[in-house]
Amino acid sequence: LTEEEQRGQGGDEEANPLVKGLERLPVHPTTTVIFGAGGDLAKRKLLPAIYNLAHEGALPERFNLIGVSRGEMSDEEFRDEARKSIAEFSRRDTDEKVLGALIAQFRYVTGTFDDETMYGRLGSVLNEFDEEAGIEFNRLFYLSTAPNFFPVIAEALGEHGLNSNEGSEVRIIIEKPFGTDLASARELNKRVLTHFDESQVFRIDHYLGKETVQNMLVLRFANGIFEPLWNRSYVDYVQITAAEDLGIGSRAGYYDKSGALRDLLQNHMLQLLMILSMEPPVSFSADEVRDEKVKVLHSIPAPRPEDVPNMAVRAQYSAGSSAGDEARGYLDEQDVPDDSTTETYAAVRLMVDNWRWAGVPFYMRTGKRLARKITEIAVTLKPVPHLAFKQQGSLGVEPNQLLLTVQPNEGVSLSLVAKIPGARMAVRPVNMEFLYGTSFMSQSPEAYERLIMDTMRGDATLFARNDEVEAAWTICDPILKAWEDGDEELPKCEAGSAGPKEADDLMLPGHKWRPL
Amino acid sequence: VTVSARSEAVWGEQDTTPSAVDAALRRLLAQRHAEDDAFVPARVCNLVAIVDRDWRGEIENRLEKVGRFHPSRTIVCAVEKRRETIDAVVSLALPGDHKQGEIAVGAERVELTIGEDHLERLETIVDPLIVSDLVTLVWSPHGHDNAVDALIRLAGVVLIDSVMAPDPVAAVDRAHWLTERAYVVDLAWLRSVPWRERIASTFDPPQWRSSLREITAVTVRHHPESVVSATLFVSWMATRLGWQPAPMQEEDGGLVARARASGRKVKLRVEPDETMPVAGLAGVAVETASGMKLSLFRGSGGLTATRKTPDGRESSWVVLGASRGEAGILGEGIRQALLRDPTYGPALTAACEMLAS
Repeated sequence: LTEEEQRGQGGDEEANPLVKGLERLPVHPTTTVIFGAGGDLAKRKLLPAIYNLAHEGALPERFNLIGVSRGEMSDEEFRDEARKSIAEFSRRDTDEKVLGALIAQFRYVTGTFDDETMYGRLGSVLNEFDEEAGIEFNRLFYLSTAPNFFPVIAEALGEHGLNSNEGSEVRIIIEKPFGTDLASARELNKRVLTHFDESQVFRIDHYLGKETVQNMLVLRFANGIFEPLWNRSYVDYVQITAAEDLGIGSRAGYYDKSGALRDLLQNHMLQLLMILSMEPPVSFSADEVRDEKVKVLHSIPAPRPEDVPNMAVRAQYSAGSSAGDEARGYLDEQDVPDDSTTETYAAVRLMVDNWRWAGVPFYMRTGKRLARKITEIAVTLKPVPHLAFKQQGSLGVEPNQLLLTVQPNEGVSLSLVAKIPGARMAVRPVNMEFLYGTSFMSQSPEAYERLIMDTMRGDATLFARNDEVEAAWTICDPILKAWEDGDEELPKCEAGSAGPKEADDLMLPGHKWRPL
Repeated sequence: VTVSARSEAVWGEQDTTPSAVDAALRRLLAQRHAEDDAFVPARVCNLVAIVDRDWRGEIENRLEKVGRFHPSRTIVCAVEKRRETIDAVVSLALPGDHKQGEIAVGAERVELTIGEDHLERLETIVDPLIVSDLVTLVWSPHGHDNAVDALIRLAGVVLIDSVMAPDPVAAVDRAHWLTERAYVVDLAWLRSVPWRERIASTFDPPQWRSSLREITAVTVRHHPESVVSATLFVSWMATRLGWQPAPMQEEDGGLVARARASGRKVKLRVEPDETMPVAGLAGVAVETASGMKLSLFRGSGGLTATRKTPDGRESSWVVLGASRGEAGILGEGIRQALLRDPTYGPALTAACEMLAS
């Protein structure tokens, strides 16, 4: 590359020729502000993720962090707390030199999120970092708070002029849930986007930071074998399962207001559906990918109230057994109201009405206290048109099924039909399996590590855009409304079961849920 | 995956043949799978290590400590003088932290004891033992170039450490010869990754990028035996920035080359640092015509950066990142076998030309 070539191909900004071949691309020096720095998410996920990035040398050349929370604490006390959290929750043992150097750049600002004076103090600390270093740090605000504070903080940042900074980028990360229904999501978008440009807003869905989910994009668009089959001509139906074997634990405060549909289906599972069914994007730039994803959601008709009983099922777990022990029902869980009608299980049948998928049902189910913890996508192909192998004593010909397992054993499995050894032409299904763990003997980074780095780089590919969030609520809102307005009794399913029997009614003839 | 073995299945035979070893591998796999259906063999890459028998233990220790990135099938060929027969030990190791309900990924190891006469025909011994379709990485830390040459058709990747060769000129020439026949992963190159990342990072903000066109001097200090690492670093900068370096000359205890850049000269200097305890770089300094100076140096607390701006302001900071250690470098070398770095080849060619005199 000559110096003339480096000056770029018509853009104002010349390229940096030194980055070619480097795995870790440079990131602009950044100050990250965590609102809710004393909370569980910050302690268990964010601070350990930041430490692990520092350990690997992946953080920007210069990095500062400001914790904001209402608890009174000095900088030193905050550093001590951060040190403890990192030591307890980091995925690797800590290196004292790295940890010491990292937390030396931590500061703390006390205040409630609606306290106007707190933002003035925060601005001062941000400016101090810039002045000390003689550079303008990028600023990243991470809203790790209760959802009701998201608009409050975004507005206060705007009103105090912290939503922009000359000479550097300012970005804001908003945790899920992004709204509790369509109206609240729209309202939140409106209030956030009054002060921030959409390009500054990163709505985090940590599912998208998982290697497994990103692998789905690679599986689909880097392997020629699947794409010719990936349409209504060959696919009979698709089912997406996100099952948990555990109950809600001590999360009743959150979960009872949320329920299974809001907790997982509206965000994580629709993300999986979008990635599975989207058209190939022109490039893997953020907007190209998100344009294709949102088209999928626009292709799913919002259910009418009268359709909901036929396309959505909810249930709540009752007492049963799990892992050989008795398991209490949802209503007996700690802090759950006796009359709670929150669903702990949700299943839906959605149709993606576009050229590729017309007529192919997408079944999705999720729930707590089910028989097994598993997240998987099963793509069932249409059966062969003529059954030549009908001998007695044969398990018979089952349609091919491509299974993408997200957890626990990430991999891809294709069911085939094979001849049973012997004189007779008896056949049975067998599996051709690929397990990621056998081919990449390495530890995947935590989803938050990937997503925090992407935000620092300004890459929004793995984040939800405002129209995507609203489109997802457009699908889920009528279901929630119908359930809230309906007077039928909430079905129960035994703890440790595969879900309520009513879920079977969602399946069209010839379709069936995979056993859990 | 943790490689601390929970259990090992072992087979061994003296005066054996490759086909007997291959059969033993298959048998052990079937036996292990029958004992535990959660067992699956890893399929990442093959590593063929050719070592002197007397130093085999040291190399095995290094391989044990590579951490997360280790080969799925390791074939250690321990060379013993005057030996005419082949002895073999095959083992399958399971991870120690295998959880109920999850797969247990096992790694395979074949230890062959062979004679020097086997090296010329090593391909015929190793070929039946590698897993086909996986990347095969050859590493010969004790010399035995003839063994690497014998395996080069079979191996897609050769792992070298060009700082270990006594003669730097011969080391880069050999590396260059290998790059024309296989993909080369050079540990000397990998040791400079954090340095290259930091220099790239420093000049990345748009307001600093134009300074790349003003660089007038690059000085690299190195472990006395790591002149190749230092030369590769300056040749990397030269090739990435379009400079034309002349051959290096000895000057004040170091090596100096002048490079032609657009309308200016750049002084490239590499100099030994006797205080540097381990292989690799000890410090890098980059100066520009406008008076900016960026220094990176390796101290006891890690990498420290200092930037002096044209107006005389100076700031220092610690570069975050844990030391990988020599074992980590080897692990990184194994991982790099599955990747491709397009910048090593041009940097190596430039290094050959710079060291040619």
